[in-house]
Amino acid sequence: MTSKREWLNGTYAKAAERPARFSTVSDLEVEPLYGPDDLSGDYDATLGYPGEYPYTRGVYGSMYRGKLWTMREFAGFGLPADTNARMRFLLDHGQTGLSVAFDMPALMGYDADHERAQGEVGREGVSVTSIHDMLALFDRIPLADVTTSMTINCTASIALAMYLVVAERQGVPWERLSGTIQNDMLKEFIAQREWISPPEPSLRIVTDMIEFCARRVPRWHPVSISGYHIREAGSTAVQELAFTIADGICYVEEALRRGLAVDDFAPRLSFFWDLHNDFLEEIAKLRAARRMWARLMKERFGAKNPRSMMLRTHAQTAGVSLTAQQPLNNIVRVAIQALAGVLGGTQSLHTNSMDETYALPTEDAVMVALRTQQIIAEETGVTNTVDPLGGSYAIEALTDRMEREALRYIDRIDELGGMINAIGRGYPQREIAEAAFTYQRQLEQGIKTVVGVNKYQMEDGQRIERLIIDREIEKRQIERVREIKRARNGAAVGEALRRVGEACRSGENLMEPICEAVRREATIGEISDIFRTEFGIYTDPGWL
Amino acid sequence: MDGRRLRILVAKPGLDGHDRGAKIIARALRDGGFEVIYTGLHQTPEMIAEAAVQEDVDAVGLSVLSGAHMTLFPEVIRLLKERGAGDVAVFGGGIIPEDDARELAAGGVKAIFTPGATTVEIIKWVHDNVHPRQ
Repeated sequence: MTSKREWLNGTYAKAAERPARFSTVSDLEVEPLYGPDDLSGDYDATLGYPGEYPYTRGVYGSMYRGKLWTMREFAGFGLPADTNARMRFLLDHGQTGLSVAFDMPALMGYDADHERAQGEVGREGVSVTSIHDMLALFDRIPLADVTTSMTINCTASIALAMYLVVAERQGVPWERLSGTIQNDMLKEFIAQREWISPPEPSLRIVTDMIEFCARRVPRWHPVSISGYHIREAGSTAVQELAFTIADGICYVEEALRRGLAVDDFAPRLSFFWDLHNDFLEEIAKLRAARRMWARLMKERFGAKNPRSMMLRTHAQTAGVSLTAQQPLNNIVRVAIQALAGVLGGTQSLHTNSMDETYALPTEDAVMVALRTQQIIAEETGVTNTVDPLGGSYAIEALTDRMEREALRYIDRIDELGGMINAIGRGYPQREIAEAAFTYQRQLEQGIKTVVGVNKYQMEDGQRIERLIIDREIEKRQIERVREIKRARNGAAVGEALRRVGEACRSGENLMEPICEAVRREATIGEISDIFRTEFGIYTDPGWL
Repeated sequence: MDGRRLRILVAKPGLDGHDRGAKIIARALRDGGFEVIYTGLHQTPEMIAEAAVQEDVDAVGLSVLSGAHMTLFPEVIRLLKERGAGDVAVFGGGIIPEDDARELAAGGVKAIFTPGATTVEIIKWVHDNVHPRQ
């Protein structure tokens, strides 16, 4: 039999090759061919069967033959009633899970009537200041029957408390609630950059929530360890994989230090990946992530429960890959990225809308995005076979390579003393900024192509509709918030906030006191102010 | 040339953390021969106007991706004027729809760069349109 090297030096050398750099969007150079010589390790150790260690081929035995992924379109804008209507519209059209986008003031811990909220109320997501907003947001949505994802981080403890209080009002026991709160503060310092206090106390709040949910809200995922934002900030696929897994290591170590047993909380850790343009690279990334996590949990942390070793994940198509130029092309990008997510074995998926480079999506645009998932699920046939690309020489070689290169980064972070120290030194931040700058230069030099932007441009682009957020919304929400603050029992609020402050100082788990503050109508900004006072304020070092 | 390098403040107002663009532009402008000061994230219009005056810059580049551009741009311009720095050239970039860009231009924003703009284009614009303050 001819070896790959002989083929490369013989047949391939004689064949034509375009004068191009054959590399992934992340700039990994790709070989012309992969074959049996590229496979490493034996089948059981590196791949195994779906639903079996190391879960490279999928966390569940029957994957989409058993249950399709959760179709979850991220939604949030304007007042709670506006978003409530959008969520109920999506549920009516076959969406199977909810996903809430909050506005920047809620995400950063400011009430709608705060000076810093000016111009931002209800604009990038839904405005939520008090329990009244959360009640309106989930009006006529029975929390026992849906799973909800909430994308919120430095104020996650407050948002979760509000959700729990909505459940109380609906008469739904916390044990029955199912969903995910993003609550991944490490990647905030690395990439998404929404924070209140420094990394150490931020990590303490996350750990409080992991501990609290393990005891009281057992079906809830208290953290969604996210590569998405790392990638969107400009990292390569390998960096996304590496920094995310390293963040996961940090959360596990912190929970263990807290005295929790690994199998008591690890089964509820979940992940969130970006799905970028490079089809094979993205599939390989998801498969490598599962194998890496399984091995880490078993070998480094001594997990015994297989569920602790299973990396279950949400995925979202890459917002950063969408173009304002010729926006209809985005529908095609999203479809290909979503297909990569499905072939990579995701448990949940958000498909972006074609108009998101302009504004939050219109109802029509969201519908195309949701239908894209339904077409993949019910027309293409890719759901009939579990891990249909498993065993592809190219996919397996790329999966091995992603793992190998990501492990090098993880070793470096271990050398730096773990992720908190690495963040303090700006290590992942600088690596990402460097990759983002390199990519921009490659785009401008034409080494990388974005259709419609640096190639195949059109003078008169396509015009599409755009969602306009009424500027009046801000005024209405401010009046509403002021009215609520006037009407409540101020002394009761003050007392509840003092209790939150005490818990910050004593080290007692923060979740009970925060729930009580929320019940008494304390606002997101008031509780965040306690964090500011007790834990201090983090400011951007402004590294370039 | 007047012998002095142009000083540019790259600023990121608003509550969002989308700093990929701001950092790339800051770095490209620096590589392009300008003196660049980057504010970091989460700046209020007051903080930006104050920094512009303190640092004695010739131009302020604002990066806004939160949708709050119609509030933040005019406020920075107003505060610069209030501090006697109305001649500092204000330009910006981000997710800014055409209609809004026209309104901002009428309000004194010198240029708006939207997604797809290249660093080369922005550097050239600064060369051609920003002049040292007297």
